[in-house]
Amino acid sequence: MHGDTLTPVRAMLSPDVRLELYYYMRLTRTLEERLVNLYRQTKVVGGLFRSLGQEACAVGSAFALDRSKGDILSPLIRNLGSMLVQGAKPAEIIRQYMAKGDSPTRGRELNIHYGDLVRGFVGQISHLGDMVPVMAGVSLSFKMRKQDRVALVYVGDGATSTGAFHEGINFAAVQRCPLVVVVENNGYAYSTPLRKQTAAKQLVDKAIGYGIAGERADGNDVLAAYEVTKRAVDRARAGGGVTLIELVTYRRKGHAEHDNQSYVPAGEIDKWAAENDPIDRYVKRMLTEGLVKEDELKTIDAQIGAEIDRATDEAEASPMPEPDDALVGVYADPAVIPPLWFREGVKSAVEVNERPSSWGTHDV
Amino acid sequence: MSEITYLEAIREALFEEMERDENVFCLGEDIGAYGGAFKVTEGLMAKYGEERVIDTPISEAAIIGAAAGAAHMGMRPVCEMQFIDFISTGYDMLTNYVATARYRAMLPCPMVVRGPSGGYVRGGPFHSQNPEAAFLHTPGLKIVYPATASDAKGLMKSAIRDEDCVLYFEHKYLYRRIKEEMPAGDHTVPIGKARVAREGKDISIITYAATVWKALEAAEQVEKEDGLSVEVVDLRTLLPMDDEAIVATVKKTNRVLIVHEDTRTGGVAGEIAARINETCFEWLDAPVLRITAADVPLPYSPPLEDYVLPQTLDIVTGIRKLASY
Repeated sequence: MHGDTLTPVRAMLSPDVRLELYYYMRLTRTLEERLVNLYRQTKVVGGLFRSLGQEACAVGSAFALDRSKGDILSPLIRNLGSMLVQGAKPAEIIRQYMAKGDSPTRGRELNIHYGDLVRGFVGQISHLGDMVPVMAGVSLSFKMRKQDRVALVYVGDGATSTGAFHEGINFAAVQRCPLVVVVENNGYAYSTPLRKQTAAKQLVDKAIGYGIAGERADGNDVLAAYEVTKRAVDRARAGGGVTLIELVTYRRKGHAEHDNQSYVPAGEIDKWAAENDPIDRYVKRMLTEGLVKEDELKTIDAQIGAEIDRATDEAEASPMPEPDDALVGVYADPAVIPPLWFREGVKSAVEVNERPSSWGTHDV
Repeated sequence: MSEITYLEAIREALFEEMERDENVFCLGEDIGAYGGAFKVTEGLMAKYGEERVIDTPISEAAIIGAAAGAAHMGMRPVCEMQFIDFISTGYDMLTNYVATARYRAMLPCPMVVRGPSGGYVRGGPFHSQNPEAAFLHTPGLKIVYPATASDAKGLMKSAIRDEDCVLYFEHKYLYRRIKEEMPAGDHTVPIGKARVAREGKDISIITYAATVWKALEAAEQVEKEDGLSVEVVDLRTLLPMDDEAIVATVKKTNRVLIVHEDTRTGGVAGEIAARINETCFEWLDAPVLRITAADVPLPYSPPLEDYVLPQTLDIVTGIRKLASY
């Protein structure tokens, strides 16, 4: 690793902030567990993506950004926690998964594919690596306007193999953009293990080739994830350019909920769950350090449970989109695409008999 | 006021827009210190500096992706593809990210992707392409392709001011071959509006870019030799297409020849023919015909390129076939 040597920053975290780290990790996990319930009730229209065991990566790194300065991140599918830190609401997430008409994308996009520039997150697309050039451009605008802002983009180990990752990080490096690239190495890209993804010994080694700072940390230690990202954010804000961070973690669930993980060696998942769960580790640490008492954590957990219950009720009460809203907003002008001639005056495109009941998941 | 070339008109628009709005900036390969492979951006870096005229690595996906990110934040990037042939390496960024951003994420992408396009210049398979049809199929993008110097300037200014991503194809055969005096003042040309390049009553040619000039030559020839009155409609914008102008010329002449330099199958002409078929079939006195390039990669050697690309004589042949129907 060839990052600058800076003072450890974890000492700067107040007890309140350290409890917040716990809150957001637990919120992420509880929200995803609720989504699993909804998925099993067929209320989630599309696939469901978990970040079980990776919550520390998203939460610790996102905490290193400065929301008061207008820093912006772009999450990946397993960075729900980072969006919650930036201010995304559980009800929004549930509405997205349930394809509701009042979800942030009004039913156009799936799961956590949405953004909000005001709260500081840009929605990803499914083409892995593509957000690196985009966030290079966001950070380029900060540099051009001499704004004191930093951009952060998450990719997985798999995305480091894409052309877009390479082009984006290289361009940002040349331009010395205030950009932090977090590579969340969870061992698998869908079913492909890291050894089939790259011949590099570790992903952080790629930083050398781009002439940028590289850092590697234990992604299941929320404080380590915070610290290493904070150093990169500070470097970016000070004009030191791009940092590539490799956070080492483990994906305990499949690519999505349907994935049975048949490709994972026996015992691997259980071992990580038993020995290296980021929330368990952090709780143990807080208790050992006397930062918090067990019953206080129980109170927080109960609050989170109630919060998710309320969010679920709100989202379930939300309406599905009006069909013809599909034609709104492709362009600024014209704002609405005219309906095709065979849809003139037609409100709903599907007759009851066109949809066997086994197909539909939203005809509640 | 003196006349300026098509290329100078594009450059003049870039200067004026960078002067007007500090959010406008240019990025691309060799566009700064060198002024671009065709010198379209010559002088921009000297005036506006390295910050606003960015020489990039050879990375079309990064150029387009970074432009999108900057555009989200309120900047107005103008990307150069050194040759428009290379836009294919940014295809994913344009079609998956940029074109969908407003619709699926409410993120505006006010940006321009421009580049030297087209053949008749012995450029071979990778310096002659007309890839507009590859993007015509993508909701969320706009496409302009000017044929005249004043349209080149006016459409560039409109493209930069547009709230969505505009692909701006500029024909390299026309760069230094045509000249025109620019209209006075802040000259813009509306996106989505065709222009009647030549009035006529017997037959309509619908075309765009370099073949507008070939269509005009053909129209002159058949007027002299056959006494035919040919109307030439220059689309200028391909997306959104000016359906009104297309329908108006069909209803006027009842015979339509569509001409483009791009290959035939899945080309723009097929789309125009389908629209005419659906909206004004009963106004036609003859089938809609197409004059296009043959369905081959564009070859280098002059006899080969000339044989593949549509020529004035081909258009004359098409007009005569329609007239005799």
